[in-house]
Amino acid sequence: MDLSFGAEYETFRTEVKDFIANNRESAPTSRSNAAAAKQWQKTLIENGYTARTIPDAYGGYGAKPDIIQSRIIAEEFADSGIQGGMGGQGISMLVPTLLEVGNEEQKLKFVKPTIEGDMVWCQGYSEPGAGSDLASLRTNAVMDGDEWVINGQKIWTSTAHLADWIFCLVRTEPDAKKHHGISFLLFSMDTPGIEIRPLVDMTGVANFNEVFFTDVRVPAHQIVGNRGQGWQVANSILGHERDMLGNPDAALSRLNSLIELMQKETIAGEKAIDHPVFRDRLMQLQGRIMAMRFNDMRILSSRLNEGQDASLARLIVKLQGTELRHDLEGLAIDVLGELGLAYGDNEYTRNNGTWQSQYMYQLGLIIGGGTSQIQKNIISERGLEMPREPRPAQ
Amino acid sequence: MEFGLSQEQTLLQDSVNRFLNEQVPLDEVRKVATADKNDKAVWQGLAELGIPALIIPEDKGGVGLGAVEAAIISELLGYHVTPSPFISSAIMAPIALAGKRDDLIANIAAGTCRIGIAFGEAIAAKDKAGVSASGNKLSGLSLFALDIDADYYLVATNDQQLYLVAADAVERKNMATIDLTRTTCELVFDNTAAELISNDTEDFNRALDIGRIMLAADTLGAGQNMIDQAVSYAKEREQFDRPIASFQAVKHMCAEMTAGLEPCRSMVWYAAHAYDHLPEETRLTTCHTKAHISEVGKFVAKTSTEVHGGMGFTDLVGLHYWFKRIGFNRQLLGSPELLRQQAAKLQGLAA
Repeated sequence: MDLSFGAEYETFRTEVKDFIANNRESAPTSRSNAAAAKQWQKTLIENGYTARTIPDAYGGYGAKPDIIQSRIIAEEFADSGIQGGMGGQGISMLVPTLLEVGNEEQKLKFVKPTIEGDMVWCQGYSEPGAGSDLASLRTNAVMDGDEWVINGQKIWTSTAHLADWIFCLVRTEPDAKKHHGISFLLFSMDTPGIEIRPLVDMTGVANFNEVFFTDVRVPAHQIVGNRGQGWQVANSILGHERDMLGNPDAALSRLNSLIELMQKETIAGEKAIDHPVFRDRLMQLQGRIMAMRFNDMRILSSRLNEGQDASLARLIVKLQGTELRHDLEGLAIDVLGELGLAYGDNEYTRNNGTWQSQYMYQLGLIIGGGTSQIQKNIISERGLEMPREPRPAQ
Repeated sequence: MEFGLSQEQTLLQDSVNRFLNEQVPLDEVRKVATADKNDKAVWQGLAELGIPALIIPEDKGGVGLGAVEAAIISELLGYHVTPSPFISSAIMAPIALAGKRDDLIANIAAGTCRIGIAFGEAIAAKDKAGVSASGNKLSGLSLFALDIDADYYLVATNDQQLYLVAADAVERKNMATIDLTRTTCELVFDNTAAELISNDTEDFNRALDIGRIMLAADTLGAGQNMIDQAVSYAKEREQFDRPIASFQAVKHMCAEMTAGLEPCRSMVWYAAHAYDHLPEETRLTTCHTKAHISEVGKFVAKTSTEVHGGMGFTDLVGLHYWFKRIGFNRQLLGSPELLRQQAAKLQGLAA
């Protein structure tokens, strides 16, 4: 066991801390405009604090991949509370995919504007009839001359109304087995034939959309990987998404806000933290978060040290992490009691209503990115080698 | 950065695992549990592997390893529901007696001296129990002291002072518990001669911390075995013309157990590592580790039994040895609620 990152990394940590201290003023806040956010993103790229390992030919910083450096950057930015690099599906999901399987032209064209925030993407995966069974998707693309002609419908498409482009799974080989008939296409959301309808969710906001395609014509070369390989292309980033969704550091920062809340709020004149039942529930959550943080350390270690196996530790992160967050947000609401009901325009609302909105949003994450039930199938089938459910006779 | 077991640690794990697999299978455990035998032969076998000497420094006749290695062994003993005085004699006692009774420590290392632990009254005295000291004499009652076959008892008074008492100086009665793989006893002190080991409560707490980590590791191992048995049984058992492992209802029970227990492994490693290297984190981590693993263990114990259906309920399969071991570990040296209360206090969140 050696939990230290070593002296050279501590020097690196000092550099990151210094950068944060010297640039705190220019970091955008929740009230900043889009231009300020993009400017900050450029500053971060220039200094290697985001898009760090993306080659400079594609607009990145061009550093050698180093998991520990990336971890230190994430830790220091989270700790200081200042805005780190931009996220979103284009940066977090499409860019890693293009770097892995995209062709040179695609990398040159899309990576730089995406990481700089000039090109916003949405992800066209789920369909009304293809949720947990994503590979049964039916939106189809037919080759006509040197163009794909796309027809069909996507659902749960986050930020489609803001996106410039979409990365989209479509069926191109109708006669192939379902996993082998899918291709991964990129196209502009300005292409004629695309209709976006906002989908208001339980939080009261249209976080998602339905997207309809009617004879949408897309140049043939805007495919990532070969025809029929779209499933493999998509899967390389689904694992990545699951890692993001169970992040224990985000849970820790919410736990600290919850502790502050419980020290401030009163129940019949007594501080909530002094209420033994609520305090016990808080401590239970702290223990669960601690377990997930150490689990995360083990995953990190397995990536650094050959021969260490943390595959089970990794398979459980999405399931445990999202359920944990939902429970945490729910405790805050219980602590607040009736005050926890305040939502929208109510002067008694606490923390801008985030306990309620996150309580609902986290439920969305339990369902999205592979539901908890699908996660349990994956854990039991891949992790424990239990047999798949037999298919019903046709 | 390396957060995992080293090659040497894996080798240690393998050799002790092999011994327990071959020499102390469930049939042997049953003999001890049903009082056909005691655990002395098992302890002798473990002594030949150096287990009683594991964390004792080399210049005191020990192997000189640390808390992580101790946790690895405790996990294995839980995995095999092995009857042994490991946590009391080999781990808690040498920590508490270091520099105080090095003569005894050499005998502990050789496996010829067993030290029981009577800490319950210093944590949360129950019923009419309670121990007080006056001069070098102890009075009162200690309940559920570990190890009926001990030569000495390390006794913590209500105010957390540590005393050593010879077994033949005290009135000792067996206390039956659900867990037949361990023995506990009632100790009656009546102006009993005792040797003060420490009146610094930190010494008591250091011994307690490592005991708690060991119990957490024991539950980790016991829970892992219950999951392994449940998964393997589900793959063999057929109903409705197919293995029950292919039913999602059963698979999801196994997935939930795994999802709960897998992070506990990292938690035990971290707590053990912290015990030796991160003193400022030790106590809080220890409280949370034992509390959290006790909760996960309780879920695994129940769920894995259910996966076995009626067979899980029988003595035939013997799953109940693990169920009871996990139940025992949960209450001993601090129940989850009590540990979480302490965790809150340590952070200034409770008075």
